Order: sequence, then C-alpha cells, then structure tokens
Amino acid sequence: MIVDRLIDWLPTGVAWPGLTFIVAVILCAVPVFLFIAVYALVAIYGELKISSFIQDKVGPMGQGVGLHAWRWGLLQPVADALKLILKEDIIPSAADKKLFILAPFIVFIGAFIAFSALPFSQTIIIADMNIGIFYILAVSSLGVIGIILAGWSSNNKWSLYGAMRSAAQIVSYEIPAALSIVVVIMLTSTMSMQGIIQYQSGLVWGFLPNWLLFNNPFTFLAFIIFFISGVAECNRTPFDIPEAESELVAGAFTEYSGMRYAFFFLSEYANMFVVSGVAAAAFMGGWQSPIPGMFDTPGWGLFWFMSKSMFLIFMMIWFRWTFPRLRVDQLMDVCWKGFIPISLFNIFGVGIWYLLVG
Amino acid sequence: MGIVKGDQMVLNIGPQHPSTHGVLRLKVVTDGEIVSDIEPIIGYLHRCFEKHCENSTYEQVIPFTDRCDYIASMNNNFGYVVAMEKLMEIKVPDRVEYIRIIMAELNRIASHLLALGVYGLDVGAFTPFLYMFRDRERILDIFELTCGARLLYNYMWVGGVSHDLPVGFVETVYGFLDYFEPKLKEYNEILTYNKIFIERTADVGVLPPEVAISYGVSGPNLRGSGVKWDLRKDEPYSIYERFDFDVPVGEGTVGTTGDCWDRFYVRMLEMTESAKILRQALKDLPQDGDVHQAIPKKIRPPKGSIYQRTESPRGDLAYYIISDGTPQPYRLKMRSPAFTALSVLNEISRGWMLSDVIAILGSLDIVLGEIDR
Repeated sequence: MIVDRLIDWLPTGVAWPGLTFIVAVILCAVPVFLFIAVYALVAIYGELKISSFIQDKVGPMGQGVGLHAWRWGLLQPVADALKLILKEDIIPSAADKKLFILAPFIVFIGAFIAFSALPFSQTIIIADMNIGIFYILAVSSLGVIGIILAGWSSNNKWSLYGAMRSAAQIVSYEIPAALSIVVVIMLTSTMSMQGIIQYQSGLVWGFLPNWLLFNNPFTFLAFIIFFISGVAECNRTPFDIPEAESELVAGAFTEYSGMRYAFFFLSEYANMFVVSGVAAAAFMGGWQSPIPGMFDTPGWGLFWFMSKSMFLIFMMIWFRWTFPRLRVDQLMDVCWKGFIPISLFNIFGVGIWYLLVG
Repeated sequence: MGIVKGDQMVLNIGPQHPSTHGVLRLKVVTDGEIVSDIEPIIGYLHRCFEKHCENSTYEQVIPFTDRCDYIASMNNNFGYVVAMEKLMEIKVPDRVEYIRIIMAELNRIASHLLALGVYGLDVGAFTPFLYMFRDRERILDIFELTCGARLLYNYMWVGGVSHDLPVGFVETVYGFLDYFEPKLKEYNEILTYNKIFIERTADVGVLPPEVAISYGVSGPNLRGSGVKWDLRKDEPYSIYERFDFDVPVGEGTVGTTGDCWDRFYVRMLEMTESAKILRQALKDLPQDGDVHQAIPKKIRPPKGSIYQRTESPRGDLAYYIISDGTPQPYRLKMRSPAFTALSVLNEISRGWMLSDVIAILGSLDIVLGEIDR
C-alpha cells in the first residue's frame, strides 16, 4: 500500500518510468532496515534481561564506563553492535571468498524482503499483495541458501555440519508451517494479509475476539504447529541444532566474525519477527483490537500488532532459556512423524468444521 | 543405526571446544552424523604430577593433589592424607576427622553441582547451569571462610588440617543445607524430568555393568549402571562407618539401566546423601580438640608402600606411595577415576550421533586435570 502511494506521489514523466518505481522501493526499504535494526536492539536487550530474570541474575545494569554505563544497561545492545562493527573482518584463507562474502547478504535478504508484506496496521503495509502470505512463506526460506553457502564456503567441518543440519531442518519445517497456513486460507478464502486480518473482526463464541486462534479447535492446533515450526525455522532453542554451541561451536557461522557475523545475528532476529508477525496476523487478529469496536484506529492497530508480535517473541526467548536442545534425528521425527500428519489431519478437520458449523 | 556405510570423515573435537570439559581432543570418525570410532587424545594438560612428587617432600605434594582434580580438591587432599597417615600410622583427633568429612562432602556436592550444571549445557539447557553455579558459589564461600581459598585449598595436612573451623561455621553450613535441600526439587523440575532432556539422555550411551567393571569404571558412573559400590560403605576409610547414608544406584527409571540419565540422576541423589552425612557430621562434631596436635614435626615415613583408595566425587581415587625412608616419596602413583571413565567412551559411543557423543562425554564427568595429571 505504501509503495503504491509513493509511486502516485512521486513526480511522474521522468526520462525512464522505471526510475519512479525504484525510488519508491528504496524509500520503503530504508525505514524497514532502520526498523529491523532498532527492533533487533530492543529484542537483544529483551533477551539479555529476560534471560537474567529466568536465570536469577541481574543482566546489564549500567556498570563500568562508556555505553554500558547508561541507566539499566539500556545501551548494552548498542555497545554490542558497535563492537561487532569495529571487529576485524576475518576471511579464512581456505574459504571460498566470493561465496563467503555473499552468504550473509542472502540470509539477510530472505528475512528482509519478507517485511514488505507484513501488515503493521490498517494503513502501514509496504505492499498488500493478493498472495501476501504465500509470498512471505516463499521468501523466508531463501535464507537457507545463504546458510548452506556459509557452511560450504567456510571450508570447515563444523560449518558444514551446521549447514547440512540447518538445510534439513528449515526445509522440513517449512512444510507443517505452510500446511497450517492452508487452514487459514481455507477459512478466510484470501491470501492477502489485510484480507486475512479483516476476516478476524468481531466476536466469536459470544465473548472472544474473532481471532482464528479461537475460531475452532483445528485452527488452535494449526496456530501451535505454525508457531513451533516457526521457532524451528528461526533456529532457536530447542531447535537450535544448526548452531548448537556445545556440539558445533557455532555451526555454519563458526568462521564468521565482525559485521558479517552481525548480519547473521540480525537475520535471526528479523526472522523471529517475521514468524511472530505472520503468526500474529494470521492467527491473532493482527492489528485488530482484542476488544472489538474499541481502540481500532490505525495508531492503535500498530500498537496491537507490535504487542502481539512482541509477545510471541517473548515466548521464543522464554523457550530458549528453559529448554534443552533436541537431537537432529529427534527433530526430524517431531516434524515428519508428528507435525505433518497432524497438519494434514487439521486441513481435513477444518474442512469438515467449515461444512458443518460454517 | 547406520545401515548404509558411506564415506568416513575424521573430525577433531577439541582440544579447544566448548564441550570437551578441558583440553581434551577427541578424534572422531564419523559417517555423516553417526560416529563409528572415537579416539580420545590426552596429555594436553600433562604437568608431570607424579615425577614432581618424587622431587618434593611429602607435605609439598598436597598442593599438587589440589591441582589434579581441581573441581574436588578437598577429596584429593583427603585421599593423599589418609594414605600418608596409614603409612605413618598416625591417629588423628576426632575433630579433625569430622572436619575432613564435612569438607569432603561439601566438595562432593560442589563437584556434582558443577558436573550436572555443565551437563545441562552439553545438551543445550543454559539455565540449570546458572542455578547450580549460584548454589555452588555458597559452598565455595564456606571454603573461603575456612581456609581462604575458593578452588585450591591445600587444607588437609598429614595429621590434621591447616586451619581450625572459623566462628559460626556450623551455623553457616546448616544455613546452606536448609537452603540447598529444597533446591534439588527445582533442579529436577527444570532439568531432570524435562521431556526433551529425557529424550536426549534416556537409553543413550548405555554402560552395562559388566563392561563398566571390566574397564575399571568407578564412582557415580559405575553406580549409574546399577552396581552398588561405594568405598565409603564397602571399604570405609576415615570415619565413614559412623554415618548412616544410602548408596544410590541407577535403576533405569526412564530408560535402560546405565544410560546417561541414570548417571545424571545418581549424582543428583548423591547430593541428598551427602547432605545427610553433613547433617550427622555437624551434629556429632566434637567441640574441642587441637587440629594441629597430630601433625608430625617431620614427615619421614618408614620404608614401605601403601595403596589407599578413597571415594572422590568421580569415583575410586587411589594413591600408591612407595617410601624409601627419606622425606621424599620414592614413587607416587595416582589412580585417576576420570581416566578410566574416559577409556570407556569409545565403547559406549559407537553408533551414536555426534550430539550423543557430547552428551555421553558429559555424563561421564571427566576432569582433564586428573586425567593428564
């Protein structure tokens, strides 16, 4: 939507018509990048503080000098980011240099372009495509190519292990995630993100907001499966086997340092937001207010969407600091023997429900 | 596992690796994720402990024993001084014996806390590690209170201990026990009975009792396989026969007897038993007695030799000392329980996955300082 309006607003009739489009896209991309950067800082601070509460320690508290010393350690993530930027960029001599440099960008692009279809509020969405949710599912798996490149080009056995595990994991967990989204598409009969959210207005069962999460038992199950698969796609604990610290040192990212490593880190957090955002939009009513009819201006819409997404991100952080890690074959078992059959059954169940209950 | 035999790859885990618990190198032959052979390569931390001892006087050996198993230095001191006292036929005062038991059991709890916490890290759970470190810290504080050192104590001397107990020691330890015993429940909730943790450890790396015995595995690793063998009960040294405690063994609660979970849980139960011993020792602790009274002016044991086994948190820790009547030992040999535990790794890890090797290695609770000496 924003991109369309920008194209209308920009002066037309320049020498090359495509130029308007490119300028509009760049104008959209810059704020999205800034948003990811700022959000990642917030999420990292959240991760530090939440893990501290869980682990009975205090976390960053503003000790020492410089950026760390600001109140409650609020600038700790900024200091961390600065450290990563200033670090030496090491490319191993045995690495495949071109692929090694390319990999972090591909991983980041996968997460970055998914933001263009995320509905932040009634009016804030870069492009409300008619295949929005399909587009997000498609581009968010781009990242795996980058991870494989990173693992292969590092010329390191640990990286290779991490990359192979990651590829297997992300490809597998795409399937239950997509199958759960099929349930959403069946009910809403649209793939546009805004359309899906608009479907979820009003009340269900008389008192609950008409979020798909509460719509019927099958959609609830679909939400659980989608969210857990999403956690797996982000390589977060308990599915963090690709970068399993105690086994693979840092998995596919072992040889990376400085800014290149920071890009992987940023992508992980951006991916978390994409997964949470899609889950919030598809199952939790996106920008819809929890009390239908109240607080439903676009400004509140942004607030509701961010709150729901951040809540899901909080859940992911909570998982991470509570659970041990699964083994690679157990991880596959959960997906192929658990989630996929349940998802298929779910589609069937929703169909029946739709026929009988409506 | 592994029906099709593919190309094999050699993977070096360590010497610098987050999960080798020190500078250990594992030469692992893998077929994809599945491990077909492991060769532990040790010696990166070799400090010539035994040769050093031949050139040191008997009292100078004690600080070296601290540095062998640096997680449980008190128990290492204990084994050495018990051996020396037997060789020299010294009778130590009751108070000293009780103090030693208190220290050894406190250190056993501290050592198990570290082992279990780090095991959580090995299977990817971060939080239990910090909980256990938080509580281990209190034990280190108690040691600091007593002898000023937090890790390497040099506390037990031949015939006595270096310092008498400080004022308020008994209350501090009681306070610790009151705090600590309920915490075990917390550990069990967050880690032991976690579904994923059980998935990762149950039935993995099963060490059958006969294999354990033939390799000479001892301590919690042996008891995890269901063999009730504890030197504190079966060959009591010091005054362990005065205390009432159980020897927990692995029962295969969630999997097969002798799997990683059993080895883990046996340590958890042993902490309860140590707490039991501590309470009894604190109750019976004689109020008076000079802890330096029995310390000989000159340590010059008669010609002869001694082999004394003690139960360290890692198992059967033994010292073999040959004396030729001079102030320096002619030969000193330390039987390291972690060394035998590591030797069984290849036997029980073959056919498991890379992640399991880390889990199995962690469950054996090795300390490289003691393996390499």
